[in-house]
Amino acid sequence: MELPTELEHLKITVPQTPDINAPDQAVSTTRQPIIQVTDLDVHYGSTRALKSVSVEIPERQATAFIGPSGCGKTTLLRCLNRMNDLIDTVSITGSVKIHGREIYSASTDVIDLRRRVGMIFQKWNPFPKSIYENVAYGLRIAGVHNRYRLDEVVEKSLKRAALWDEVKDNLHKSASDLSGGQQQRLCIARALAVEPEVLLMDEPCSALDPISTAKIEELIHELKESFTIVIVTHNMQQAARVSDHTAFFYLGELVEFGVTSKIFTAPERRQTEDYITGRFG
Amino acid sequence: MKTAEKSIARRKSLDALFAIIGLLAMLVGLVTLLALLMDLALDGAGRLSWQFFTSYPSRFASQAGILSAWVGTTLVMLVTALTAVPLGVAAGVYLEEYAPKNWLTALIEINIANLAGVPSIVYGLMALGLFVYQFRLGQSILTAGLTLALLILPIVIVATRESIRAVPGSIREAAYALGATKWQTVKDHVLPYSTGGILTGVIIALSRAIGETAPLITIGALTFIAFLPNPPITSAFPFLSFEWLISPFTVMPIQMFNWVSRPQREFHLNAAAAGLVLMAMTLAMNGLAIYIRYRFRKRIKW
Repeated sequence: MELPTELEHLKITVPQTPDINAPDQAVSTTRQPIIQVTDLDVHYGSTRALKSVSVEIPERQATAFIGPSGCGKTTLLRCLNRMNDLIDTVSITGSVKIHGREIYSASTDVIDLRRRVGMIFQKWNPFPKSIYENVAYGLRIAGVHNRYRLDEVVEKSLKRAALWDEVKDNLHKSASDLSGGQQQRLCIARALAVEPEVLLMDEPCSALDPISTAKIEELIHELKESFTIVIVTHNMQQAARVSDHTAFFYLGELVEFGVTSKIFTAPERRQTEDYITGRFG
Repeated sequence: MKTAEKSIARRKSLDALFAIIGLLAMLVGLVTLLALLMDLALDGAGRLSWQFFTSYPSRFASQAGILSAWVGTTLVMLVTALTAVPLGVAAGVYLEEYAPKNWLTALIEINIANLAGVPSIVYGLMALGLFVYQFRLGQSILTAGLTLALLILPIVIVATRESIRAVPGSIREAAYALGATKWQTVKDHVLPYSTGGILTGVIIALSRAIGETAPLITIGALTFIAFLPNPPITSAFPFLSFEWLISPFTVMPIQMFNWVSRPQREFHLNAAAAGLVLMAMTLAMNGLAIYIRYRFRKRIKW
């Protein structure tokens, strides 16, 4: 497929062969998929944002969605916890199964689904409350009021999000006094507190400086031991660094899906190669 | 060269001319208001005394006071606030957070905005028909409070909607993504973060209601009340009494109207003094609104 020439000037410099020092390059694809997306179609009004996308996301690994802006990767991500339901004009057809259970069936409890599938947003969005209250909120709305239990979960979640040491003496200070990177890690801690199975991350580092980005990437490496992570990113080096599998989207279609090292070194499709080598996008 | 300089000079003098015109325009408003206030203060200040606040109206100007008027105003405002705030806030939350966005809600929105502009005497006519004749609530504090509540309801709804619209969508998404229901999101986030704006709107609305005269005269407020409503707290069980709700009443602007319409100058002085008190009440409410807005804005950072 030919590239639109007007996109030629948008070249970015990415190493021709990304350096992936992955000893476990042979990521097992035999692992049971936790999320199965089949023929998913999404329309916003009359705009078709996703065109019959099918993809299987393996459990306790990190899967990256890459592609140019408007390619549908965020739309797909927000279908996985039904955040798209909040948009009035959206219409969704197809099937998304988590642990084999259809999440778009009438019997699905969206509240329970969103508790099991946590989400981190592009722009950190802590509540204008204390650090403690931010992390405890997910438990409070689920009806946990035991003080000791809350204390315990807040500490555990902040430790998991690698924020505990920085905030342990100021748990009751306002979350908005933290730096951007800290606020984003607080949002991760808040999502982890309800023990989700899946963590959706929508460009979690795009507004962060390189040091904060490195911290969050390190965190993703640790978190994928216990959680399934799906991350949307514009940064291809980031996809290469943190993910086990990568899905490349273009104009609402899933172009290629596979083991990250393979996508970045030997993509099967020409479009994928053009995008990751920076020939467009 | 010469012409360029001339042109600049001409444009500069035009600039200065507009500055003067603008200043004059502003002074017209300001000076009128000040003159009004000064006139009121010069006339009325002499009548402001303890006796003035604790006396009923009287045939003798020097013995007359505003006791029944300020008590009436306070009680009517209480009913108005207790009715308009829950109704208005709930309606605003529903329209903004729950109602689907379609032509019907768009129509409702336009009509609410229009309701805010309906002349207050029309509300008075409606209240006379509905509350006084239909529901037989009498020419009472309850009727007056409900009438003024209807009058300010659109203002409260609009203020509520505007302040909850100022809560970023990302905060709602954060709550939903944790598994919060719509009501939990509203109760824990949307309402607490917009309280400042809502309270400000409510107080502005009440300070409009406090000066309303026409609808209350329409429903038959008395102008001469020489007794107080039954106190809301009683010494005998159950300690609370709601008899004051059906009591006849007068309010500050009606008391003023009564005094102004008399021929004797002494009564006009009383009216001026009551006007000063009413203005002080309104200014205090607006001041409170500014303070609340400042406090809440400072506490919440996104």
